[in-house]
Amino acid sequence: MRARPDGLPPYATAETQPFWEGCRVGELRLQHCGDCGAWQFYPRPFCARCDGVRLEWRRASGVGTLRSYATVRRPVDPAWAGEAPYLLALVQLDEGPTLMTALAGCDADDVRIGMRLAVTFDARPGGFVLPRFRPLSGSRD
Amino acid sequence: MPDPHAAFRGRTAIVGAADTEVGIVPGKGATRLCVDAILAALDDAGLARGDLDGLVTLNPFAEPYTYHAEAIAEYLQVQPRYCMSVATGGGTTLAALHQAASAIASGLCETVVVAMADSLRSGVTRERAAAMQASTGHPQFEAPYGAPVAAHYALIARAYMHEYGATEADFAAVAVATRAHAARHPGAQMRTPITVGDVLASRPVADPLKLLDCSLVSDGGAAVVLTSAARARDRPHPPVWLLGVGEGHGHEHLIQARSLTTSAAVESGRRAFAMAGLRPADVGFAQLYDCFTPVVLIELEDLGFCAKGEAGAFVASGATAPGGRLPVNTHGGLLSHAHPGHPATMLAVTEAVRQVRGAAGARQVANATFGLVHAQGGVMSSHATLLLGREVP
Repeated sequence: MRARPDGLPPYATAETQPFWEGCRVGELRLQHCGDCGAWQFYPRPFCARCDGVRLEWRRASGVGTLRSYATVRRPVDPAWAGEAPYLLALVQLDEGPTLMTALAGCDADDVRIGMRLAVTFDARPGGFVLPRFRPLSGSRD
Repeated sequence: MPDPHAAFRGRTAIVGAADTEVGIVPGKGATRLCVDAILAALDDAGLARGDLDGLVTLNPFAEPYTYHAEAIAEYLQVQPRYCMSVATGGGTTLAALHQAASAIASGLCETVVVAMADSLRSGVTRERAAAMQASTGHPQFEAPYGAPVAAHYALIARAYMHEYGATEADFAAVAVATRAHAARHPGAQMRTPITVGDVLASRPVADPLKLLDCSLVSDGGAAVVLTSAARARDRPHPPVWLLGVGEGHGHEHLIQARSLTTSAAVESGRRAFAMAGLRPADVGFAQLYDCFTPVVLIELEDLGFCAKGEAGAFVASGATAPGGRLPVNTHGGLLSHAHPGHPATMLAVTEAVRQVRGAAGARQVANATFGLVHAQGGVMSSHATLLLGREVP
């Protein structure tokens, strides 16, 4: 799977383009509701909490908490074959939304549900950038 | 005030049920397996092809058609009034049964065959099987991380362990009890008894899940014949009444799940029990969707058979094993009987029918007046619960 000419993943849509452009320049972006202040992801044309329509993309803190993790031993995407085994994870961002990701910079012995994580951006073999998460430096378990 | 559930409870019954051979069945493609199931189910009901005026099928991975149910009707040389295919399995199977029953209750048709079969073991190329696996997860925000289905469920498993102190041995006990049921079923794909130690020593697939925590990959299918109360009583077997059905749809993708450890089975079960006028204590056996062992623990809790966090102890007590107070997956489930993909729940339904009829032989549950079938799809995303019975409460 190769990046588009603009460097975004091939599955990016007009609606999600701001997220993927953020990844390309090293920024984690989420939608923010101008009416109720909720952050949401993935993007919709309405706020899922208050039905407001004044939504804008903002840079998020990039920090979250590990909600769960699992070991991938046999990836179904050849682009990940060289990294197996790796840790699949669900990370709840401080702003509220949860992302699925692959952890970086730690192995299964270091991982604890509830640990603090920070986003890092990974240039994939196909030429586009995916967000991953690493242990937040300076945090304790 | 009319009872809103009177439109469904006891209005239809299953009068025919049949399984194909399951497991490794080369030489019979998905089309022929589906037709075989239909002909056998009609025969079981004492009916002929011309007696069906409704047909519901599943479009399989192996040998799909654009309009599958119509292609099967054509194969059978019948022209039904009601004809529909579904594309997915899990809870969709029970929802399809509900819709078929509703078609009868609304007068659209009289006798519906619901039939599903696939050939995932023998009829799908490696490339297509890999493509199926890679299709799990949100295409933009999950699939790019390359994880197989098992890893998605492993995320649920790890969260459940963290929240309730459950162990990998608790999951393994589900596989052991299920295999004990399969050992009593001559048609089950895997029948050799296993121990918790065997499960824990099996090959890691997606930690914490190991090979014996995961369902099989099989060929096979099943069909049932559904008809109105008026027609149900003159058949070779006693009617198995459809008493209640409920659906619960919490999310599609794990990133949007409200909870990793409590599912929409809470809603589907509550709705089904309300429609049937029953409670969990009334149920004599339960066929629960067991694509992976932890799913059974969560379903036992969310359907109300035990409290949250208590399912490990419930299984460890022997309650779900043969002879226990709530036998679960009396045919051996997806873990040990067969998992032909989307059709899998049909095998749970036909087994439930046999139990309610009192026709399960060596596997017969003593109290089988009322039985429950539960199925889920996605990643504990979409749920449906069905209650069947020998009598209408």
